[in-house]
Amino acid sequence: MADPAGFADQAMPYMSALYAAALRMTRNPSDAEDLVQETFLRAYRGFEGFHEGTNLKAWLYKILTNTFINQYRAKKRRPEQVDLDDVEDFYIFRRLGGLETADATRTPEAEVLEGIPDSEVKDALESIPEQFRMAVILADVEGFSYKEIADILDVPIGTVMSRIHRGRRALQKKLWDYAERNNLRPRVESATGG
Amino acid sequence: MNCQETHLRVYEYLDGELTVWKRRAITRHLDECPPCGEAFEFEVDLRRVVVSKCREQVPSELRSRIAIALGIGEQAGPTSD
Repeated sequence: MADPAGFADQAMPYMSALYAAALRMTRNPSDAEDLVQETFLRAYRGFEGFHEGTNLKAWLYKILTNTFINQYRAKKRRPEQVDLDDVEDFYIFRRLGGLETADATRTPEAEVLEGIPDSEVKDALESIPEQFRMAVILADVEGFSYKEIADILDVPIGTVMSRIHRGRRALQKKLWDYAERNNLRPRVESATGG
Repeated sequence: MNCQETHLRVYEYLDGELTVWKRRAITRHLDECPPCGEAFEFEVDLRRVVVSKCREQVPSELRSRIAIALGIGEQAGPTSD
């Protein structure tokens, strides 16, 4: 049984990460703040049931996720549509021509990604349907394992994998769409002027 | 391990979710096949960029709101007895 007095010390360091995840889930700063506060209050009240030595971060995310699903999604009549453009793997890299040539003189493609503004990356992530978005946030932004995500979202590991993989590909498509619209391309050393 | 098999497993590889043997086989392929190796590095870069661009600063007002709610606000005393 966990000591309630230790809750703040242990849980407060996760606030930034929880807030960032809450923003990506709710897509709204005011809802995100309420969600994080509610998460901390629920966690505090339930802290006696938390087993010391188990994963506090995962436990907090489970509370965050459940609170989000129960309170914020309940505003909508049914879960949002799960239509997702399912695109091929290495979507951006392929479009940059990376798989056709292994040209060592090419400049790193990563600079295309660096050129996308923070707000556009956030928008791209937030535009992915919720169930895929949550899986991608938990895996990529928070670094949870498939097993931890399965526990947090209460779905089988196979479902977690499929959501993460499809969600990531959808994110790549969104980011690439932005890069194309804004003509972000890697510099090519032998580029013809322009 | 060929290119196609490597592509199928790239996310599990990236996520550290493969067995030691599969992991080793893919590492070997990535070392030997420059296009796959670069594609993999690109995925690593992509994740790093997404993570770094999705950071958020907690509003100080929220931080103090929660601290007060938990009884650890500046005006509240310690919760232990």
